[in-house]
Amino acid sequence: MIKLRHPTLALGLACAAALGTVWAAKPLDAAPAAQRAIAPAGPDWRIVGMRRLTEAQYRNTIADIFGTDIRVAGRFEPIVRPAHELIASGARAASISPAGLEQFDAMARQIAAQVFDPAHRDQFVVCPGGSGATPDRACLRPTLDRLGRLLFRRPLSPDEGAFYADLADRAATAGGSVDRGLELALAAMLVSPHFLYVIERAEPDPAAPGRFRLDNPSRAARLSFTLWNTTPHAALLDAAAAGELTDPARLRAMAGQMVASPRFASGIRAFFADMLLFERFDELAKDPLVFPYFNPAVAQALPEQMLLTITDHLLTRDGDYRELFTTRQTWMNRPLAALYQVPVSRSQGWVRYEFPEGSDRAGLLGQAGFLAMYSHSGRSSPTLRGRAVRELLMCQPVPNPPGNVNFTAVQDIANRAMPTARIRLDAHNTDPVCAGCHAITDPIGLTLERFDGIGARRTRENDAPIDVSGSIDGKLFEGAAGLGQALAESRDTATCVASRALEYATGKPVDDSARVDALTDRFAARNHRIRQLFLDVVTMPEAYAVDAAPLSGTATRSRRR
Amino acid sequence: MAIDLTRRSALRGLLHGAAVTVGVPLLDAFLDGNGEAMAATGSPVPVRFGTWFWGLGVNPTRWFPDKPGPGYDLKPELEPIRPFAHKINILGNFNVMLDGAPNLPHTSGGAAIRTGRALTAERGLPGESFDVTIGDRIGTRTRFRSLEMSAAGDARNSLSGRGGGNLNPSETSASALYQRLFGIGFKDPNSADFVPDPVVMARRSVLSAVGEQRRALERAVGAADREKLDQYFTSVRQLENQLEVELTRPEPLQACRVLPPVKERPVNAEIENVVVNHALMTDLLVMALACDQTRVFNMMFNNGASSLTRIGSTITHHQLTHEEALDNRLGYQPEASYFLSRIFEAWVYFVSALDRIQEGPRTLLDNTLVFAHSETEFAKFHTIDNIPMMTAGSAGGRVRTGLYVDGMGTPVSRVGLTLQQAMGVSVDSWGTQSMATSKSIGEILA
Repeated sequence: MIKLRHPTLALGLACAAALGTVWAAKPLDAAPAAQRAIAPAGPDWRIVGMRRLTEAQYRNTIADIFGTDIRVAGRFEPIVRPAHELIASGARAASISPAGLEQFDAMARQIAAQVFDPAHRDQFVVCPGGSGATPDRACLRPTLDRLGRLLFRRPLSPDEGAFYADLADRAATAGGSVDRGLELALAAMLVSPHFLYVIERAEPDPAAPGRFRLDNPSRAARLSFTLWNTTPHAALLDAAAAGELTDPARLRAMAGQMVASPRFASGIRAFFADMLLFERFDELAKDPLVFPYFNPAVAQALPEQMLLTITDHLLTRDGDYRELFTTRQTWMNRPLAALYQVPVSRSQGWVRYEFPEGSDRAGLLGQAGFLAMYSHSGRSSPTLRGRAVRELLMCQPVPNPPGNVNFTAVQDIANRAMPTARIRLDAHNTDPVCAGCHAITDPIGLTLERFDGIGARRTRENDAPIDVSGSIDGKLFEGAAGLGQALAESRDTATCVASRALEYATGKPVDDSARVDALTDRFAARNHRIRQLFLDVVTMPEAYAVDAAPLSGTATRSRRR
Repeated sequence: MAIDLTRRSALRGLLHGAAVTVGVPLLDAFLDGNGEAMAATGSPVPVRFGTWFWGLGVNPTRWFPDKPGPGYDLKPELEPIRPFAHKINILGNFNVMLDGAPNLPHTSGGAAIRTGRALTAERGLPGESFDVTIGDRIGTRTRFRSLEMSAAGDARNSLSGRGGGNLNPSETSASALYQRLFGIGFKDPNSADFVPDPVVMARRSVLSAVGEQRRALERAVGAADREKLDQYFTSVRQLENQLEVELTRPEPLQACRVLPPVKERPVNAEIENVVVNHALMTDLLVMALACDQTRVFNMMFNNGASSLTRIGSTITHHQLTHEEALDNRLGYQPEASYFLSRIFEAWVYFVSALDRIQEGPRTLLDNTLVFAHSETEFAKFHTIDNIPMMTAGSAGGRVRTGLYVDGMGTPVSRVGLTLQQAMGVSVDSWGTQSMATSKSIGEILA
């Protein structure tokens, strides 16, 4: 039996491919070597948070650093969403399981092989002699220092730089090719916790002795992932290296440029996808007999229509956040046209569309994505819809049904005496135990009953007319348009998005209601413009202050192994 | 058989409280190396452990036997297991104790069974699930520490993990599972020639490079992040271990056959599709076990608040359990119970697939311990006492089978404790608060 306990790199790379012959240095960013001056470690320097990259952040990062033609194929370990919180908060607690690491490892090898293949290597190999220099070991360190800085979102420490260069050097020796050495070292970076986690580091705050604040590279990462949902670009890393991001004025200037950029749309899409639980669209299934119009193309278009509406209204039109609940402007594509029963003449792509007055399609809640998601597989659900409005848009958690609830009074869908959801729910709510919670959700959801389980419009349910009157916190209204108006007028919706934005940026649910109130006031004073809200969130000094937690050296270790 | 007898009497004594001071390492020593030897190589046949989960419980009066002990009676919903009843134990009347924590419907029950702890918030598992603990004991020498699968889709549908934010994600596609198991990296144990793969060696050096960063990182982190880092580096070690296995010539395995590739197919919660997906995954899993690619597995047939659907029905299995009226004549909900009959058909498929594989004098099922359970007793009321549970297989002779065990209202954590002990984990008490227990289920330990 052959047992190789310590296989050598020599064997490992013996069959590596021959290296390419064209060597050119084309740095895409400012020279990294000059910035190695800022050594990260001081006696009081510490890690205060580790946030796992989401799938979108990982993909965006790879595309930004290596180009969109580098293929990333693999399954990403999902990040658990804590109840009533954002995935951004879950990312702070997310560990990487063996199965998850197996996948990250496979992706890392696949990416590294593409980056240093003959078609791409010239863009990434940096040699001291510049373009045309002889391909040799001297290229390893500068190439890896540069990539390491982009991947780890900070300059590599001299030790780290030497470590990766040495790894590449050993592999190059064994494999007979500098490129294979680079490939191996890049793969090692891509599975490093410094890459897979956004590591937040704190340094003593010179303005407040005894307090800590996030350091410059951590601020760069926060700006970039919050606003653009991707890794910091070169100019941002440069600003961090120059220590500008701890200067409030420079921080604000940088953030201002970033929210003005078209790339802010990626950030806004990611934020609303998180706030509105869009991961659920992956699981959305409808009964094919009840809803023949529902198919994979429709399922894909539903969240996209909502995101297009959101970014178009909030960014392109610079609209008021509250009007997101009332606007009749939206986007349509061919698969959705059948569901909405509107003509889309062009068979390709998305087109602007305005719902006619009186259609009762108002804002996000009138869109099939919301209506279908918060429905059963074969019919609508006023309770689920009402609950989603409360929890997602107003940040008001609705209690779960008690564990021992008696559902025997609940509706019998086959009963001809109870044709509509309102009648069935009324019957259910004769039980006072149920009535308490349903009073929180149903008067909201019942106003959306003009739309069935996939959000198609209807006027009758089981041949009975539909009553769409409803209320929220004592305010009476009719239909989706009435609901949209009520939500637009409610301060709770503005407070909710403000607290979510702060949670999204910091990766922690916000428990300081005074801070949220102040943020909401500023949001209101700026006419509820989302750019202003995010600008505030990423520049508020409190969001960068850190409680100095004890280091683990002094903490008890709770793990068994 | 002298050792066997000694072990049995030692266990008996221990379990009846007569010898509570006997150290666990002693127990552990007894349990070690207790497998039949393979004729070819002399190495012991591996013993495997896995779970099989289904959501939404049963109709208790139509499922639980009346008579504890051997030769239990089969009620209508258990009837499908008849051909395998002698290899299956039914566990009833074990209770989930929440100590004042809320009963989070469809979440608290499964988490309590797996971790011995009450869930206080919907934030993943409240602690390490015992399948992971068992994996640390028996799963470290295979290519995969464990395999997680969800036949109804959703990678998040999993009850396996180390707690905190960690959840082992489930494989949802049979074709992806095939690639992972039998694609690149698979070494046929029965193949005549073996050449260590240089790519694997290179990968290993990458991982050991990553591992070298550990100390520098851990110096600078707080306790919460330290935990996360520990888990990360545990995963790194495990992957290194996997690679080392790939670099080692495998022992020939009589029952191992490489299956033809599985085609990509839709993954969703429609019952016919789930049944097919489950069968495909089961067949792959059985070969993964026979080829010793893993010794630990977790199969989720559906999810806790079952989103199973049936073409033509307007609501899911879960909604049916709440909204369908009890049929007065039948005494149960016929539409909701339809899904139960499909679930137990699938369970029988699973058990029979394991039992079909012959490994020396025993079958693969005999060399495995499968723990099947739900997350609720009667879904209509979200009851979490008397959650239906079963074991199948005898773990290479470590577990007695064919019994109905009446837990008489004792904590459900006794089940987790017993299974860990049967699999050789050094543990003499398990669970927290009212679910803390040191009393394992003596009836089923052989």
